[in-house]
Amino acid sequence: MFFDISALDLARFQFAFTVSAHIIFPAFSIGLASFLAVLNGLWLWKRDEAFLRLFDYWKTIFAVVFGMGVVSGIVMSYQFGTNWSVFSDKTGPILGPLMGYEVLSAFFLEAGFLGVMLFGRDKVGDRMHMVATTIVAIGTLFSAFWILSVNSWMQTPQGFSINDVGQFVPEDWWAIVFNPSFPYRLVHMVLAAYLTTAFVVGAVGAWHLLRSRDSRGAAIMFSMAMWMALIVAPIQIVAGDMHGLNTLEHQPAKIAAMEGHYESFPEGRAPLILFGIPDDEAGETRYKVEIPLLGSLILTHSLDKPILGLDAFPEDERPKSALIFWTFRIMVAIGFGMLGIGLWSAWARWRGRLYEATWLHRATVVMGPSGFLAVLSGWITTEVGRQPFTVYGLLRTADSAAPLQAEAVGASLIAFIIVYFFVFGSGTFYVMRLMSKRPKDGLNMDDIGPTRAAGITPVAAETHQKSGE
Amino acid sequence: MIFELSFIWAGLIAFAVFAYVLLDGFDLGIGILFPLLKDREERHLAMNTIAPVWDGNETWLVLGGGGLFAVFPLAYAIVMPALYPLIIAMLLGLIFRGVAFEFVHRTKRMQTFWEVGFWGGSLVATIAQGMALGALVQGIAIEGRAYAGGNWDWLTPFSALTALALVVGYAMLGATWLMLKTEGATFERARRFARPLGVGLLALIGSISLITPFLRPEYLARWFGWPSGIWSAIVPLLLALAVWQLWKGLRDGDHARPFLATVAIFGLSYAGLGVSFYPNLVPPSLTIVEAAAPDKSLAFLLVGASVLIPMILGYTAYSYWVFRGKVRPEDGYH
Repeated sequence: MFFDISALDLARFQFAFTVSAHIIFPAFSIGLASFLAVLNGLWLWKRDEAFLRLFDYWKTIFAVVFGMGVVSGIVMSYQFGTNWSVFSDKTGPILGPLMGYEVLSAFFLEAGFLGVMLFGRDKVGDRMHMVATTIVAIGTLFSAFWILSVNSWMQTPQGFSINDVGQFVPEDWWAIVFNPSFPYRLVHMVLAAYLTTAFVVGAVGAWHLLRSRDSRGAAIMFSMAMWMALIVAPIQIVAGDMHGLNTLEHQPAKIAAMEGHYESFPEGRAPLILFGIPDDEAGETRYKVEIPLLGSLILTHSLDKPILGLDAFPEDERPKSALIFWTFRIMVAIGFGMLGIGLWSAWARWRGRLYEATWLHRATVVMGPSGFLAVLSGWITTEVGRQPFTVYGLLRTADSAAPLQAEAVGASLIAFIIVYFFVFGSGTFYVMRLMSKRPKDGLNMDDIGPTRAAGITPVAAETHQKSGE
Repeated sequence: MIFELSFIWAGLIAFAVFAYVLLDGFDLGIGILFPLLKDREERHLAMNTIAPVWDGNETWLVLGGGGLFAVFPLAYAIVMPALYPLIIAMLLGLIFRGVAFEFVHRTKRMQTFWEVGFWGGSLVATIAQGMALGALVQGIAIEGRAYAGGNWDWLTPFSALTALALVVGYAMLGATWLMLKTEGATFERARRFARPLGVGLLALIGSISLITPFLRPEYLARWFGWPSGIWSAIVPLLLALAVWQLWKGLRDGDHARPFLATVAIFGLSYAGLGVSFYPNLVPPSLTIVEAAAPDKSLAFLLVGASVLIPMILGYTAYSYWVFRGKVRPEDGYH
């Protein structure tokens, strides 16, 4: 025991902590890689220098974020073995090859072309540079494809049998990869990454517009971000709804916990609990504010289909409602907030006041980090909602952990917390400082500093800057 | 069928780990040599020689770990808890090393801090990898399908020796890489580093090679039994050839030969490990066949690997080609 906490709880907390820290970076870099490819394409197409400057501006930020994503991601690829060795032994034959495909088809692709994308433009020419930029963007999407397939299989496993040493072994790879919740989760996550990036980009644009309205780069990025918000936020809400229907079909206990429904509704007509305090001990949601019938309409798109509450499941198979009731609501609220910004921007755009709408800019700045909060809330909802299982219904979390002592897990947890807060805290600070620099009409490399993966010293950058422009 | 697939995969994983050791080896070696370089300008020049490629190099480590999970899940499940503190230390070291590439240029106030982090992270990661190697060679206690030893089994005089050998070895790779990628004063400094490092590395490889056969009876049988004992003659012979090339390259101030000779020395040491381990994946008792995932898993990933690994090698080579040649402080990379 480590301060009276079991090794299992420490390992769970460690995984939650390291994966939460990690997801921040890919959530941003998936969207940013696509954004960079679009910016570079626009530059090559229109030969408008503003796009090239925006590309360079965001490229520097991308390099920092991507670096943090890489190093926090390596931790994840070892975390399965160090802390969840029994899980690894049992699920390795199924999940291992999927992750193997992620490494082979995505990580190498991104890493292989990142150097060319970041600074190879003059070495390889515009055409090859565009190819490299596109490949990096595609690599991030491949990565999302495989890792979400892995996660979805843990939620809705199929296509396997169990061998005599208790391992899950593959029977039908198609069924494993395209398991029932995978398409919904993939779409939901990729859209989330795009929205997250859109709101960061939008907030940076809005911030600079608030400081000076004549910044063309800020206007362009703000406008592009608002288009994304307007178009993608409603799609995301529909995708989220479909994901919810899919979860109700395959993991009804998770839905019951998300909704704070401790009692079943055999005749449907379930209310929507807007707010309340779920009490898992007592098995009821206290102080609830509810709207009659709406729960049924949202969950089953009908009034009279039965809906299961947590009471329909054995006590040792119920996810805890207290946390995910709230994380789910935070995610949904942010989604509608994003939709609101999108609509507001459409109205401002229609009135011809997109770049003068100060209150819209302020609201967008406030919403800047909201995508990260939504992504984290969504992941907490779906992962905590899968408990008490790692492989839903089949392998318990308690039976998945490595045979480690609490001291070892506790000590490594403390080390991770200290290092992550310090290193990624510093990184976040540097990224925000880069963002606070106004995208200039004549980009000054002295302000931004060279991209390190560009393999140039500051001296060299200055020399180049003087000789090259 | 099971024979072929699991052995093909053992070969591929061995290849991935070796690719990692070589590629990140010179990256980490630059980090280890960092404080010995002349000044900030030279240190950043050294960093620039690896900046465009370090990320791809480190991906081989993800393939080593992820690949083990995929095709030898039992070995992954046993080795990771057995080497727990080492793996954690390596990961934390790699975090500092990795972010330093960007962070040293995002701040003036903290620049020295991230430079120290680059050095310290590289050193810690190397020591952890070296100790992990030693612990693996000594053997891992297994009961059922899990690690059965204690928290500190990996900490022995032998693992300290392998850690020292890897530090010296990576530094040697780093020094000869610098000879390949720089010129002038930096080249000469790297050449001066390479001489004592080379001598030290050979002494360490020699002592580890002498100790290893006596660590476990099966190693002794492999090295002095028939037919595997034939390696006892071949490996040292080839090693002598590589050492001769190294000495010649350093003497003549050759740019590429010392690096290639060091690569050969690493390759032969690695092959020597393979001779000791075979047919185990995790000494002393977990064989390649026992640790392998079912054929369906091995085959599924092999289909992709047979297409993707050649592609990876292709575009990795392309990326090295784009950034080929000497790195100079005055002309940068654009």
